[in-house]
Amino acid sequence: MAFPQPRPQAPQLPQHLLRTIDCQQGAVRAVRFNVDGNYLLSCGSDKSLKLWTVSRGTLLKTYSGHGYEVLDADGSYDNSQLCSCSSDKTVILWDVATGQVTRKLRGHAGKVNCVQFNEEATVILSGSIDGTVRCWDTRSRRFEPIQVLDEARDSISSLKVAQHELLTGSVDGRVRRYDLRMGQLHVDFIDSPITCVCFSQDGQCTLSSSLDSAVRLLDKSTGEMLGEYKGHKMKGYKLDCCLSSKDTHVLSCSEDGHVYCWDLVEGSLSLKLPVGKAVVQSLSFHPSETRLLTAMEGRVQVWGSEPEETMDDPTQT
Amino acid sequence: MASDSDSDEDFVTYGTPLEPLEEDEPLKKPIPLHEQTVKDEKGRYKRFHGAFTGGFSAGYFNTVGSKEGWTPSTFVSSRQQKAEKHNARPEDFMDEEDFSEHGIAPREITTSQEFSSGHRDETREKARAVNAQAALIPGDTLLEELIAPAQSSIGVELLRKMGWREGQGVGPRVKRKPRRQQPDNSTKLYGCAMPPAGSEESEDDEEEFAPENVTFAPKDVTPVDFTPRLGLQGLGYSGLDPGLALLGQGASEHINLFNPQSETRGQLFGDKQKHTRRGGVAGQAFGVGALEDDDEDIYHRDSMSRYDTVLGGEEPGDGLYGWTAPQQYTKRKDKNKDALYLGKILEGFTLAQKPAEEKTIFPPPILPRDYRPVHHFRPVIQVSRLSGVSPALAEALKSSRGHMTKDEPQQEGRHQLDSGQRRTLLGEETLQGPTSVMELLRPEDRERLQNIRNSSNLPPTKTTTSQTSHEALRPAGMSAGPSALSGVMSSSVQQQQQQQQQQQQEALTMWRGVQTSSQTFKPFEKNPSKQARYELYLNRLKQGDKDALEQSLDLGMTEWERSREREEFVRASILYRPSSSSLSSRFTRAKHQEDEDTVEVNRDQEGDVDDKQAAVKMKMFGKLTRETFEWHPDKLLCKRFNVPDPYPGSGVVGLPKVKRDKFSVFNFLTMTENRATPAPPKPAESGKKSRWDVSGQTEDEEEKKDPLSELLSAARNQTTETKLDQTSSPAVSTSVSSVQPRDSKHESEEQPNQEKKKEGDEEADEEEEEESRPPMDLFKAIFASSSDEKSSSSEGESDEEDQKEVQERADALTPNLFNITPTSSVTSSTNTNTTSTATMSSQQKAVTSQTSHEEEVFGPKLPPPSSALNRGGATSTHSSSEEVEKEKHSKKNKDKKHKNKKEHKHKKEKKKKHKKHKHKGKQKKSKKEDESSSEDSDKDSEGERGPVSTEELLKRLKNVRSHQTW
Repeated sequence: MAFPQPRPQAPQLPQHLLRTIDCQQGAVRAVRFNVDGNYLLSCGSDKSLKLWTVSRGTLLKTYSGHGYEVLDADGSYDNSQLCSCSSDKTVILWDVATGQVTRKLRGHAGKVNCVQFNEEATVILSGSIDGTVRCWDTRSRRFEPIQVLDEARDSISSLKVAQHELLTGSVDGRVRRYDLRMGQLHVDFIDSPITCVCFSQDGQCTLSSSLDSAVRLLDKSTGEMLGEYKGHKMKGYKLDCCLSSKDTHVLSCSEDGHVYCWDLVEGSLSLKLPVGKAVVQSLSFHPSETRLLTAMEGRVQVWGSEPEETMDDPTQT
Repeated sequence: MASDSDSDEDFVTYGTPLEPLEEDEPLKKPIPLHEQTVKDEKGRYKRFHGAFTGGFSAGYFNTVGSKEGWTPSTFVSSRQQKAEKHNARPEDFMDEEDFSEHGIAPREITTSQEFSSGHRDETREKARAVNAQAALIPGDTLLEELIAPAQSSIGVELLRKMGWREGQGVGPRVKRKPRRQQPDNSTKLYGCAMPPAGSEESEDDEEEFAPENVTFAPKDVTPVDFTPRLGLQGLGYSGLDPGLALLGQGASEHINLFNPQSETRGQLFGDKQKHTRRGGVAGQAFGVGALEDDDEDIYHRDSMSRYDTVLGGEEPGDGLYGWTAPQQYTKRKDKNKDALYLGKILEGFTLAQKPAEEKTIFPPPILPRDYRPVHHFRPVIQVSRLSGVSPALAEALKSSRGHMTKDEPQQEGRHQLDSGQRRTLLGEETLQGPTSVMELLRPEDRERLQNIRNSSNLPPTKTTTSQTSHEALRPAGMSAGPSALSGVMSSSVQQQQQQQQQQQQEALTMWRGVQTSSQTFKPFEKNPSKQARYELYLNRLKQGDKDALEQSLDLGMTEWERSREREEFVRASILYRPSSSSLSSRFTRAKHQEDEDTVEVNRDQEGDVDDKQAAVKMKMFGKLTRETFEWHPDKLLCKRFNVPDPYPGSGVVGLPKVKRDKFSVFNFLTMTENRATPAPPKPAESGKKSRWDVSGQTEDEEEKKDPLSELLSAARNQTTETKLDQTSSPAVSTSVSSVQPRDSKHESEEQPNQEKKKEGDEEADEEEEEESRPPMDLFKAIFASSSDEKSSSSEGESDEEDQKEVQERADALTPNLFNITPTSSVTSSTNTNTTSTATMSSQQKAVTSQTSHEEEVFGPKLPPPSSALNRGGATSTHSSSEEVEKEKHSKKNKDKKHKNKKEHKHKKEKKKKHKKHKHKGKQKKSKKEDESSSEDSDKDSEGERGPVSTEELLKRLKNVRSHQTW
């Protein structure tokens, strides 16, 4: 059975606002936890990438080097490197500590929507509006990508890597899963432009949100739909969706300023988290704890299951 | 045998000379016996075995003669490979030497029994019969023999009919002479071994007397074999006769080389039956088996008595001469003996009166002295290969390739001629009525087209129906067979001249004032002087010289050549009209000729999208929506992912590709498929296509690669749902209020203040389109996509200001029914917001404003940065939500725009600049955008001004088509 078993105790939901970080970098295009969930990355429309602590909301480092707004970022497994992509068609590999650009990878013909490290941070995968996914080698000094996956007929909006599999969502309404081990490409037709794709934590399912205001949970191996989650509004913007750390819930941004949280198995709406009045653009779930990051306009909000005792300074101006 | 060649005299040398003895060299110590080795012909050591057999070991030493030795081959049987029954054959136990020429079982082509002589067979059969007598069951082989079919050749049959009997020689009967020579075993033996012949001798021996009046048949003679001796064996050696060896009979014949009186003969006639051999290998090289008691001639003894001691001492005459007999014998024969020779004449045959004529062999003809045995082929262009090319160009290419052909112009097949040419050949009259599509047009239209064509410097080869190429085609066709046509019609000549004049005039008008110095196309590149003349001609044309042609031609040529060249130049100058500098600067010449007509296409094509859409509608995800392809990851990628390469050794990366014909129908189908997919129908916002899409399509129709496929794709994109909408669309468009509720939610959020800022021309266009509704059916028929979704939604919103103005504009524009391009012919009016009847919506304006910067965004939009929100505080919510609306729309369009993104690039950049100001102030931004959009529209309207007629549309389509086929 592909359904992950729900935990016996009532799952906790990140319904309490812990802190709000005003990132001061224009609109936050994406917010991402690092690998262990202690830090967060915010991609700003003012061309900067910022690294924060989640617990305190303090700014650790600003990475500047992009020529246009930063659209996505990812951290390596060992926290030593960051990669980010931007509208300036480049992908940049950063050194975390020094904040220097390790490598600037050019090759995409349009803005780069999404970027991911693979498990060992040996490859950066970037999906662009030019419809290609490029696999960049971080180990060699080659400037050309190892491989260009140009199967998509439209912009790649989202991309995830899990072990030997690569999941891409494209505006042409298809979710593609490249299985490196099997040497196969599985294409799932969703029909509506895909905004975000995710693997489930157990690696058995894929989650894809599309512009018909639906989030769909598909069985990875067969492509059958296991669940469809509706109620939110996602009609025009590229918004994120994700699964909770224990695969119990499906979360999605919405254009009506809420984060919708459905029970994965039942498909019922279990939480409608009011984030703000604008569009919730990005969200990221903590890899292990019940903690959620949301990005709306220029702010990043951290949500937890229960309120923290000490709310020091939620906003720093 | 060695000859001392100390003296320079020429001695005939036989054999191999010994090494000259070196005096001072110490004598080589002979290798002791136990150290001597024997090697076979492959250099392997041969070890002598055999206290018992005295033989040598063959193959695998000290084994059973197989690789495995005593270990039996393991029994292997699987489902795929059944164990085969292995019957051991004698060959399995033989060595490869046995299969060689002199082995026991040579694997060579030998004369089969069918073709061997019957006499031999006879003896063999007799021998077998004798053997059979000695067999356990007497006569069993005789039975076989009875059943065995006769196997004598036709020659033998004929001879038999003529009285020949087996055992006799062929030839005239002779009187037996008294024997001079005592029957002796010793035959002369010089050099080579005489064949063991002489069955007669044995008969002769028994013949005591010879009566005078009795003639005898000549002795049977075995022809001497003249095959040269190739082997290394000594004289007189012949290997084992496998037949003898295996059949176990006649072996003694072989052994008793020097005893022509074979024992078998004796055996045959039952004189003395010493041995009854029952098979087994026997021969010179073999010893006598244990079962054989006769081993006396293993080491055959030779005696000097067998040799001649005197040269030429024997007189001939007794016989062993056949057809190779010395001359005195042959001379002796008389002509009249021929009949005797022949024996009795078969009935139906007579003796020939005159000898058969000798065949005269004629010598081959003597080659001419300057003959070169290499044929030179003239290059021929296959017209069929230039299928995509207009016939005129093909013609031109053809004639220009073979430069100044003095020989006959290529006679073309009747299939290459067009109807007009055939008509002239047949002498028929021209048909009444229009010959060209152009003549069907109204004169003013034609004129206009002519103007357009003249003004636009597109190469005319692409518009096949245009008159220039039509005219160019005609003389081309005429030149095809001048020889055939010559003198057929003088009127055609006149006509031709007239046309030439006309063409020259045309070329002149075309080239006059053209300043392109870089002349790219060189039609006569093969012939430099001709090319130079052509360029001279072009230069003169550019200067507007009227008799440019005559001046640039070479006066040294003959009239015929000149006229031909004239024709070619004019044609070439018309065909390769100069493109305008602005246009030509955008193209570069291909570095490499692309001669392949194939394109790499993905091997696995995606299935039908419609089916999948239906499946998605029914939420039947799974098999219907899932497709799996073979995908080859890069080797390095696998390495980086710590994954074994799934396809080791395959050079393919990505999806496997196949080569396909470039212009195949299937290719086009897939192309439409490709085109169809980037713009999936969006369920968002009622899942219909907005008119913006249509406008987007038509707007850049000219630049687009293939509008047909585009149209197809648009049609394809329509799911059933949209089709439903489409059908209802005309009604919807007129009745505005009915659609209103759909987007009322969004509208309520709209701010009225926005309306003033955002007012694009496109919106106006939209309106005008709306107003020009009557021809909508036709429009739909062409574009097959419902375009009123947007308008209906926008109409639902009440905005009073624009409507009137829109009406006005629409009124002004109604004649231009086909003016689909939204930006054309509309000047932006930002401040003309006066009154409105009902339905102009702020949303629509939002849309229009968005369209200004929508071109830069593809795919799902990012939410607004809302910097204003951060700063502006309170007002932020409204503006943001409104922005949401805007962007939503823009986003929608984006996906479709996307297709045509290329040509918007310059606009985009402009927009980007504007966007930078966005953060600074909203008002400013919107204003700027208005400006920019108006600029854009102006620009577009410059591009194509005036109404677009059907003809124009058709022409564009054709243009695009011809682009494609090129």
